[in-house]
Amino acid sequence: MTRKIFKGFAILTSLLFTFSLAQAEPKKVGFIYVGPVGDFGWSYEHDQGRLAVEEAFGDQVETSYVESVPEGADAERVLTQMALAGNELIFTTSFGYMDPTINVAAKFPNVKFEHATGYKRADNVSTYSARFYEGRAVIGHIAGKMTKTNQIGYIASFPIPEVIRGINSAYLHAKKANPDVEFKIVWVFTWFDPAKEADAAQTLIEQGVDVIMQHTDSTAPMTIAEEKGIFAFGQASDMMEFGPTARLSSIIDNWAPYYVARAQALLDGTWESVDVWDGISTGMVEIGEFSDRIPEDVRAEAQAMADSISDGSYHPFTGPINRQDGSAWLGDGEVADDGTLLGMNFYIEGLSGSIPN
Amino acid sequence: MDFAAINPLIFFSTMVAASIPVLLAALGELVVEKSGVLNLGVEGMMIIGAVCGFITIYNTGSPLFGVLASIVAGGLLALIFGILTQVLHSNQVATGLALTLFGLGLSALIGQPFAGIKPPTFPKPDFGFLSDLPVLGQLLFKYDYLVYLAFILVVGVSYFLNRTRAGLILRSIGENHDAAHALGYNVVRVRLAAIMFGGGCAGLGGGYLAMIRVPQWTEGMTAGVGWIALALVVFASWRPYRVILGAFLFGGVTLLQLNLQAVGIKINPAYLSMAPYIITIVALVVISGSSNRLSTLAPGSLGRLFYKTM
Repeated sequence: MTRKIFKGFAILTSLLFTFSLAQAEPKKVGFIYVGPVGDFGWSYEHDQGRLAVEEAFGDQVETSYVESVPEGADAERVLTQMALAGNELIFTTSFGYMDPTINVAAKFPNVKFEHATGYKRADNVSTYSARFYEGRAVIGHIAGKMTKTNQIGYIASFPIPEVIRGINSAYLHAKKANPDVEFKIVWVFTWFDPAKEADAAQTLIEQGVDVIMQHTDSTAPMTIAEEKGIFAFGQASDMMEFGPTARLSSIIDNWAPYYVARAQALLDGTWESVDVWDGISTGMVEIGEFSDRIPEDVRAEAQAMADSISDGSYHPFTGPINRQDGSAWLGDGEVADDGTLLGMNFYIEGLSGSIPN
Repeated sequence: MDFAAINPLIFFSTMVAASIPVLLAALGELVVEKSGVLNLGVEGMMIIGAVCGFITIYNTGSPLFGVLASIVAGGLLALIFGILTQVLHSNQVATGLALTLFGLGLSALIGQPFAGIKPPTFPKPDFGFLSDLPVLGQLLFKYDYLVYLAFILVVGVSYFLNRTRAGLILRSIGENHDAAHALGYNVVRVRLAAIMFGGGCAGLGGGYLAMIRVPQWTEGMTAGVGWIALALVVFASWRPYRVILGAFLFGGVTLLQLNLQAVGIKINPAYLSMAPYIITIVALVVISGSSNRLSTLAPGSLGRLFYKTM
């Protein structure tokens, strides 16, 4: 009898224990990065967002991440593992994770996915991105004003709409600030390869460029710019410490508020598939502090542009704008629609060279 | 927008500097393979050299110590490989691959606090008026110390392998370790020395990347250079001077495609990016086309385990 009571008691406690565990069991949120978290660029900022989630929810949420995951089959394997490991919400933070995310999401309908910078969605797959082109417009203006040789170098990663949009936006506003400006664009076909990015920066400088913009993740171009005494802009992250004199300003990706909001939605059970594309106005795109080396009037102009983009009175792609081949794209005063911007696969008039495929 | 926009002199000097990491790593691996050992851990040794060199130059401010740290770190990692394969008879291919993975992981761990720091500038030798000479100055007298060291090393290795008794012993061990052993040479000791030399060279190549070329520490910054070095040894058909040629080819093609893009010449960068690898494959095909030539080029005992017999 006593033994039975004891057994019953044991079962009861163990049940209680499991129940209380289930209560306190944190929700697991996973992140997958294309580069190392120590790249001080793109992946670094995503990880800052992850840390913000930890900070905001404490014991309620448990985060984990896998870094330096190649886009493609490896990503699919890692995502499957993360889903099996009990993550309920997974942020996949590179364009090339798009198909792997969709594939894995189809296999795990109860796991929620958030894919950065892509365009394929499902009931359990949201997409989110930032309007980096808004930031590009501002730094493009500064670049146009600051170049002495009228040659601006642009280190581009992959010929995808996001990158092409950035080039177009930067060129458009550099050209408005300085009609003589020319862009030299180099495609490196990598998001993160410091040596190759450094070589690209070096090459551009040898070609007479005195301002460098980059759409790659490492800080190598900034370091080279500092060494050679030319100008550059922080990309994804502020990068101040890599080019204390070279850095004019920066485009900072601030994912933290979005990540916290989505984790909150997961906890509240209100998560649903969305498509978010935010810019300067919500703070997802931040313009880094302007360097003292920029003349005061240029700083004021840049700030005014950022403000007008933020309050919606100005859209960086406002016509008249022609395509590279001279055909009309936007009429006078016409504003680009998001659909065209998301699929942008052409240069605007004035850019030389062609987009590799 | 034409080829004229690329200054051949500047292009050449940048190419020389860009090819140093792969040149050093390949040169070291060449000596290792000449002794009959295949070490696939070049990438791992390079990145360890990179991180150790970087940490040292940052903490001591001394480029010399940075260089030494790179060499020692690469050499020590190679010693692990040497003991495993030569003394404990582990499989060379598997151990080499493990060494690469180990090096990448370990460097990420010890380099963590050093990401995003700027190292002190690496000094260049001052050649006085020589570097102001119209063409020669740009071509010959504008590099940092390690570039000159690398080329001296190539000459030294070539001399050592072909003109010295020790080099002959090393080669004989690579060709037929049983015969060399029968003649009384200490196969294991010579191979360990060769492996450590290879590690030191690879480490220095990595150090060059982190201390001079980029210059900063980032995880995984070697980005496959070690593997190119391995291909380069075969491309050079195990001859030191051909390693220079191969390194220029690999470095030059990468730079050329960046240059062509910058001056706006329309050519798909993918073609140029794959060019060095295609050339390596072609070289391999040509080399192996005649079985006689292949057997004379590749060391006979390459990759084979050596068991000491009485």
